[in-house]
Amino acid sequence: MFITKILQDDLSGKIFLAVLAAVIMLVPLFNLLVPASSLFHLPTYTVTLFGKYLSYALLALAVDMVWGYCGILTLGHGAFFALGGYAMGMYLMRQIGDRGVYGNPVLPDFMLFLDWQELPWYWHGFDQFWFAIIMVVLAPGLLAYVFGWLAFRSRVTGVYLSIITQAMTYALLLAFFRNEMGFGGNNGLTDFKDILGFNLQSDNVRVIIFMMTAFALAGGYLACRVVVSSKLGRVVIALRDTESRTRFIGYKVELFKLWIFVFSAVMAGIAGALYVPQVGIINPGEFSPLNSIELVIWVAVGGRCTLYGAVVGAVLVNFGKSFFTAALPEVWLFALGALFILVTLFLPYGLVGLLRPKRRSV
Amino acid sequence: MELLTITRQLMRRGKVFDFLIPEPVQDSALDTTHGPILYLEDISVSFDGFRALNKLNLYIDEGELRCIIGPNGAGKTTMMDLITGKTKPDTGSVFFGQNIDLLKLDEPAIAQAGICRKFQKPTVFEQLPVFNNLELAMRTDKRVWSTLFAKLSGEQNDFIDETLETIGLKELSHQEAGSLSHGQKQWLEIGMLLMQQPKVLLVDEPVAGMTHQETERTAELLLALEGKHSVVVVEHDMEFVRSIARKVTVLHEGSVLAEGSMNEVQNNARVIEVYLGS
Repeated sequence: MFITKILQDDLSGKIFLAVLAAVIMLVPLFNLLVPASSLFHLPTYTVTLFGKYLSYALLALAVDMVWGYCGILTLGHGAFFALGGYAMGMYLMRQIGDRGVYGNPVLPDFMLFLDWQELPWYWHGFDQFWFAIIMVVLAPGLLAYVFGWLAFRSRVTGVYLSIITQAMTYALLLAFFRNEMGFGGNNGLTDFKDILGFNLQSDNVRVIIFMMTAFALAGGYLACRVVVSSKLGRVVIALRDTESRTRFIGYKVELFKLWIFVFSAVMAGIAGALYVPQVGIINPGEFSPLNSIELVIWVAVGGRCTLYGAVVGAVLVNFGKSFFTAALPEVWLFALGALFILVTLFLPYGLVGLLRPKRRSV
Repeated sequence: MELLTITRQLMRRGKVFDFLIPEPVQDSALDTTHGPILYLEDISVSFDGFRALNKLNLYIDEGELRCIIGPNGAGKTTMMDLITGKTKPDTGSVFFGQNIDLLKLDEPAIAQAGICRKFQKPTVFEQLPVFNNLELAMRTDKRVWSTLFAKLSGEQNDFIDETLETIGLKELSHQEAGSLSHGQKQWLEIGMLLMQQPKVLLVDEPVAGMTHQETERTAELLLALEGKHSVVVVEHDMEFVRSIARKVTVLHEGSVLAEGSMNEVQNNARVIEVYLGS
């Protein structure tokens, strides 16, 4: 009921959600019900790989909201993704309990390795799933709020804003690399065993996490659609194109940017939290500026300002990455660079721009 | 005995206690009882040593249509920036009515208070349809959360239609603003100002780049606004100014050189000197 109302004038959204629903139903079917000997059996490895793509797609949606709709070219969105991932990783770390190499029921292995005697204060509470979930939302949201408030209030825009978002994620990268931070330093958090008491390695759990990711992506899409088709969405497009005009008709532009930025950061955090249990590791590498730049490429390749374009871009580029890094590893970075240049030159509206002759405005 | 009377009064049926009577809603917004709606007093602004405005004094009356002319660099645009909060003066005061100190407000707050501005270059939201351009400009609660949940009421819809009628873009209401002609964009921008139901309209060079017919139409539009709103027009096109002006202010080197009707101003010796050279 509610969903049909949101998708009223959104044909592409209907198609997108239908495809997603088919994926949610078919993937478990081919994995769990089709016997392993059959040709149609989908290995669990592939299910998890798809799950990873979908969490990237959610992240790409988040980037499309700030870049495509609000015109803020963020080169640091990987930071919010990684923060959400770390919050989830901390929970999974506490779940290991005394099954670590050193067998300490409270302290994770890396802390014992550093000769720490007790748990740092910020690790408390992460033995509870609900607390971790709150942190998944709160940590990226809070960082985005503080960062955005300072940046937008000082009217930092354009390339300068891109640079400081890049600096932000780089600073976090350096910080998380330090062992003293208490987040596992260089190695990050890994060797996870359980989630909510269920074995992370089992097929059923993997499939369920995959389905959760797909549902989160659908929910994320609907939430974004509600926002961009509201009046707020129009104000955001207005301020992207003519910021001063928007300010002079009485909108506090900074606050609108901040709202979108925080909204998007929270979405990126959720994507990170879904990503970590599937890949089984989170380390400071996720903060690397290169990752954040790659995000922007996904969105550019798929097509900005359509939402589903970002999803298409994220899935396609990552599929290409999986393929190339396995088949021709040395070619991948060149292929990515060439793709970005070609898309910028010939497809200003991305791959989905090919589907229609003229760009729809909103 | 006395106590009894008091009790009776208190217990009387239909007795309404003072605290139950709602306080009359005060239109605290604006006080223009003395005539002028904008007071610019003793304003000086410098940019890197260049004095853009020099002890400027200017008063705009309520409901008046005022034209401001002056050679390049006279400080016309700076004056508009000042009123709308884009720049702050080094000295002096800017008041809206007698009670609102504009120097304490930022741009959105000034716009909400009822001072609207049209830019020199037509600035509309090109990616949005004409209708939505007006919708965004409409006077309403413009905070973030209420914008997220905003729904157009029938009344607001009618208001937008009415404005579309006034600016003559009714047929184009679902077209993207970016596809309009230059003149149509100018009118759309004026329409956006009207949607804000402003007390004061600041209009910067409304007819620059317009054809003759478009200019005439714009003049009509602005004249229709006189009385309902105070309108301040900055313009270079003398013919256009003559066609609409009641009162003209000439700025020169950041202060007022002359003020009066078009004829008075044109015959003013100092104005002639400034414009034509001695």
